[in-house]
Amino acid sequence: MKRGTQATALLVLAGLVGGALLLQFPVAAGEAPTPLFWLATTLLALLAVQSIRRLAALDGARIYGLLTAALFGVWVVYFWQLLVVALEVPRVLLPPPSLILQAIASHGPTLWRDFVQTVLKAVLIGWALGSGLGFAVAVAIDRLPFLQRGLLPLASLTSTIPLVAVAPIAVMWFGFEWQSKAAVVVLMTFFPMLVSTLAGLKAAGRLERELMHSYAASYGRTLLALRLPAALPFMFAALKVNATLALIGAIVAEFFGSPTSGLGFRISTEASRMNMPLVWSAIVVAAVTGSVAYAMLVQLERRVAFWHPSVREG
Amino acid sequence: MATMTDTWRQNPLARFQRQGLPVAILLLALLLAGYGAAWALNAPGVIERVLPQDGAWTWRDLLAATMAMQRPLLPAPHQVALDLWSSLLDWPLESPRNLLYHVAVTAESTLWGFVMGTALGLILSVCIVHSRTLDRALLPWIVASQTVPVLAIAPIVLVILGSLGFAGVAPKAVIAMYLCFFPVTVAMVQGLRSPQRIETEMLHTYAASRWQALWLLRLPAALPFLFPALRVGIAAGLVGAMVAELPTGAQAGLGARLLTGSYYGNTVQIWSALVMSALLGLTLTSVVAGVERMVLRHRSQA
Repeated sequence: MKRGTQATALLVLAGLVGGALLLQFPVAAGEAPTPLFWLATTLLALLAVQSIRRLAALDGARIYGLLTAALFGVWVVYFWQLLVVALEVPRVLLPPPSLILQAIASHGPTLWRDFVQTVLKAVLIGWALGSGLGFAVAVAIDRLPFLQRGLLPLASLTSTIPLVAVAPIAVMWFGFEWQSKAAVVVLMTFFPMLVSTLAGLKAAGRLERELMHSYAASYGRTLLALRLPAALPFMFAALKVNATLALIGAIVAEFFGSPTSGLGFRISTEASRMNMPLVWSAIVVAAVTGSVAYAMLVQLERRVAFWHPSVREG
Repeated sequence: MATMTDTWRQNPLARFQRQGLPVAILLLALLLAGYGAAWALNAPGVIERVLPQDGAWTWRDLLAATMAMQRPLLPAPHQVALDLWSSLLDWPLESPRNLLYHVAVTAESTLWGFVMGTALGLILSVCIVHSRTLDRALLPWIVASQTVPVLAIAPIVLVILGSLGFAGVAPKAVIAMYLCFFPVTVAMVQGLRSPQRIETEMLHTYAASRWQALWLLRLPAALPFLFPALRVGIAAGLVGAMVAELPTGAQAGLGARLLTGSYYGNTVQIWSALVMSALLGLTLTSVVAGVERMVLRHRSQA
């Protein structure tokens, strides 16, 4: 087992070193590919596949799984760079990663302004307002079963409706600025939070509820001490879904009309100008934002709902 | 509790009182709120533009005018209904003025994307379940991609496919496809793994091949996981198809309808396109749900 791990580590390392050496090849800098280059690339690809397979076959620590995924990602980006340059794929089709990185570096201030416009204003405010409203309404109608029975089927149906299509109306009502995007985000995030919170408030066990009852705990006390904490995992699930929904909503709403900044605006205008490296960098910013937001919510959930089985196991 | 459930099943009236009545009352309230909001939002515009400037109007004139504006801020519900009615019935089906024509265009790309995305998701999930390498190298990326606004790539896909010479339904279907395939893949991997160890071991003792195990055990076990993903997928595919219609300057489709409506400030058209897209979403999802009930019917009885 130990030797197997060592051999795999050597194989992975050999592959990475080989990859670094191949990047020094003149072809990687843009010259016409030679047969030798193709031979080296094929060998390297075999080495990469083999090292990923060996790494995937390792048992034991959880870190191996992460390493496998990371290695796979590294090799995908590597061959993307190598092949796009060697085959001279037109930039419009697929720019090499190095060009995207350059675009991120050289358009830093522009992308930062887009980020502030879309994420810090529209997404963050819309997400907080929409989720907050969903939560508040769910708690408010907790004691009104009639309203719940009426609202729940309708709220569940909204997940099948392309809500983002209200964007043109939002633009008409709230103008081109971030307010209209935030309005779309509020609408998109409201219903998942409402449905999840309602489900979560029902999640507390019968035994626990009867215990609270035997303590002569009031409605508010039971809500605060038992039912809301029990609803936390449901609410976090909705918050995580909403984070992605909010990004999508804000970006797509900007396709319908926006001021001259914002990630969605950048993507749609630069795509129509065929400036693909900048489009890709805006997408990288959006993707990183989405993943970071998700990871932050997972961390927060671990802190807040540390007692829940799903958190304790994972 | 069980007996009470039975009485609802048997007695449609009781069932309506429990389920339908609250929904109906809420919908009615929403309708009234729509009228109220239309009145409140349109009143300033009406006073400024429609009614006589000398102030010679009564509140009845105001009410009537807010309900029948040409380009209202918020059209009254019956205006939208009338527009829907006339755009469905007053024009032949193949005319671009008929809303059903646009529905058909959008539904076509959604369905193509849905079929391709589901097929891709199924193939991919079968591969992932049978290959440890793919499971550990690829699956984390597919799961992580759920946290990324994939719809943002739509303009890129359009540009790439456009410069490769694809036009028409193909680019829209591709965008609908990649929105569909994520949920299907993730759910199917989970579903194909759902059989208990004892069941897989039993098939092993029968000397069943991998394909037999897949066909006889894993696929049937995965069906309950597949259908919720299909419902999510087809709704996502519809959003994808509609968004894909935006940057192409498409002339047809519900997304294009929304965009032209917003260019020309034709609010009633926006709202009827919106209602139509909601109806389309509901129809597509309920068709999937109907298939689900049909396929899983005998299972729930067992």
